[in-house]
Amino acid sequence: MSVFDQQSTRKPPISQIGAVLWLRTNLFSSWINSALTIASLYLLYIMIPPLLDWMIFNASFSFGTVNLFGFDIKFSEAMATNQNCGREGACWPYIYEKLYMYTYGFYPRTETWRPNIVFGLTALLFVIVPLLKHYKHKNRVTLSLIILYPLASYVLIAGGFGVLMPVSTDQWGGLLLTLIIASVGIIVSFPIGVLLALGRQSNLKVIKLFSTLFIEFIRAVPLITILFMASFVLPLFLESGNYFDKLLRALIGIALFQAAYFAEVVRGGLQAIPRGQYEAADAIGLSYFQKNILIILPQALKISIPNIVGSSISLFKDTTLVLIIGLFDMLAMVNLTSNDPYWLGRETEGFVFVTIVMWAILYTMSRYSRKLELRFNTENTN
Amino acid sequence: MKKLILDSLGKSKHRGSNFRNLLYNNEARAFFFQVITFVLVVGLFYTAIGNLFQNIEARGIQTGFSFLNNRAGFDILPFLGNIVVDYTPESSNLTVFYVGLVNTLVVAFIGIILSTLIGLLIGIARLSNNYLIAKLAGGYIELFRNIPILLQILFWYNLFINVFPHPKQSLAFFDIAFLNQRGLYLPKPIPEDGFIFVALAFIIGIIAAYFIRKFFKKKHELTGTHTSTWMFTLGLIVGLPVLIYFLIGSPLQFDYAVLGKFNLSGGMAVVPEFLALTFALSVYTATYIAEAIRSGIEAVDKGQKEAAAAIGLSPVQSLKLIVLPQALRVAIPPTINQYLNLTKNSSLATVIGYPELMSTFGGTVLNQVGQAVEILAMAMLVYLVISLFISLLLNYVNKKMEIQGR
Repeated sequence: MSVFDQQSTRKPPISQIGAVLWLRTNLFSSWINSALTIASLYLLYIMIPPLLDWMIFNASFSFGTVNLFGFDIKFSEAMATNQNCGREGACWPYIYEKLYMYTYGFYPRTETWRPNIVFGLTALLFVIVPLLKHYKHKNRVTLSLIILYPLASYVLIAGGFGVLMPVSTDQWGGLLLTLIIASVGIIVSFPIGVLLALGRQSNLKVIKLFSTLFIEFIRAVPLITILFMASFVLPLFLESGNYFDKLLRALIGIALFQAAYFAEVVRGGLQAIPRGQYEAADAIGLSYFQKNILIILPQALKISIPNIVGSSISLFKDTTLVLIIGLFDMLAMVNLTSNDPYWLGRETEGFVFVTIVMWAILYTMSRYSRKLELRFNTENTN
Repeated sequence: MKKLILDSLGKSKHRGSNFRNLLYNNEARAFFFQVITFVLVVGLFYTAIGNLFQNIEARGIQTGFSFLNNRAGFDILPFLGNIVVDYTPESSNLTVFYVGLVNTLVVAFIGIILSTLIGLLIGIARLSNNYLIAKLAGGYIELFRNIPILLQILFWYNLFINVFPHPKQSLAFFDIAFLNQRGLYLPKPIPEDGFIFVALAFIIGIIAAYFIRKFFKKKHELTGTHTSTWMFTLGLIVGLPVLIYFLIGSPLQFDYAVLGKFNLSGGMAVVPEFLALTFALSVYTATYIAEAIRSGIEAVDKGQKEAAAAIGLSPVQSLKLIVLPQALRVAIPPTINQYLNLTKNSSLATVIGYPELMSTFGGTVLNQVGQAVEILAMAMLVYLVISLFISLLLNYVNKKMEIQGR
């Protein structure tokens, strides 16, 4: 009887394992794919290096000495001027000097702590609400937060009431104004939107007609026409002598505009509720309002949450339009600050900076909406 | 209900209870609430319009549409609108309206075509099995859909003006097209007599190709023999006009732009405002169209593709006959909605001064005349009509693509 040594198994060929396999299947699976890969690599090559050169390698970071959290960090001897900043790369000292304008607009510099507290409160809100997930009274707490937060923010930012120095609305600007318009727009338009959605689904012909007309009309015209209406025509609709703040007019326009979009989102949710739910609520003798508040809306709103967030994202993007009617939001600050004779011709830096900030906010929001969508998606898809 | 009301008011023994019946009657309540809403809404409108007339009178603003016949008296950036409508500063305000309308439609039309092309490309690339391509397409979508469109328009316009060279150092493409900060200069086509026949041949070619396709499709359904028709289509739509073009003796001349000492002369200038606006709108809207197309393709069940393979269809047939018809049913309605959004967003051109409806008529004329109500009503009406048209189109498409039940 002969004895056979067990041969060790041969290693898989190099092309079937690890990085090579990954490259072969994902980048070079056919000649078309290889060509596409090389073409896109070339595309990246002609786009990314010049961008990095402009933003970082050729850019000026001569901020002078910056005080950050009590530490003095020395970037350069003196802050760069527009002349010695160079035109090859970005001039970030311009952004550094105008950062206050981009954040607060013309808000008095002595009162900066007030918007800062509001920013802090906003951040805190985003931390607190998810933590409340398992708390017994979470609905009550959330509801009171929704009412208290805007009130506290308004008191802090607008001032007055004999305690804080009043700051008029034309001094609000920059990112602060953007956030104010977006949050007021969302908070005010949401209840109106729900009412409009219920109105459109109602059996009462007159209410249904008015709701449908309003929603369809608003959705058919661009926001800019609504904003023009709000800023030129709305004052004419009121009794003469009623002074109407420019910001308030814009807010009314935006809230009405957004309400129509929210209404359609909520209507989608309402339509997804099975008829049986309505009939069951009727059968146990609930009134119209009991039926909607206790049975229908909680279910309908829950399934429309991802779309509500999506619609809020659109609203956030639309806030930039207020610059057309002469409010100074973050985007308007680009033209304003680069018209400063000292920093003439730095629009590109401004646009890039605003793009980065806006993109970061909107990207976070869209990721959040995607997460919600996945959480609420119980449908099995392949 | 009539009986109930009469009962409750009549000399009945149970007058009180009858009244309560009326109060708790669903029909009566519905009627009551509708009357309240109607009175409130109409009252609001009545007060608002009453105030409006008072305020207008107090401020001495004119009313009515007579301003439309007044002389406009300002220059409009020369573009297609001016050429089509033949605008001069001596023209009336109504002409300005037409100029704006034409320019809006032009930017919407070109934007829709471009955004569809980019959207298709990106949407398909997003599902590519090439890792790099799929990630690049995903990055494109995430980058451009999360930047406000107004910011994009301003950004590209600023880039155009600041980065592109002076006319003296124009980027030339074989002396045919020139690109500089004043815009894109293209050869201007000048049709001569007889060119009409080429255009006619083109139209006839399309009609003939349509009927030939129909004929062979019917034959295919009746007999099962498949005839490929793309050669007929190509020959009729491209070949026929080209043939006639050369038979008549090239009845089309081009006026090329010539680089002079300081500026380009001749040719056809496409203004930077238009280029920046169209580019921004197309790039932004394309992200939404790409997502619609991706979700359309993903919505087709895997079993459909497998079933198509099982009955022996080739991959191309499977795509053409099974996957695409189902994918398009999902993808087309949101895409059409995006066309409406693009048209509405074109009104943002007012920030860079592209002479569309809201910047010429809703902007300059509004500032000169001050009749905000009339002017905005007219502008809104235009967008309402466009939106109505697109809804009709959407309904038609939905109806056409409806799954035919048994």
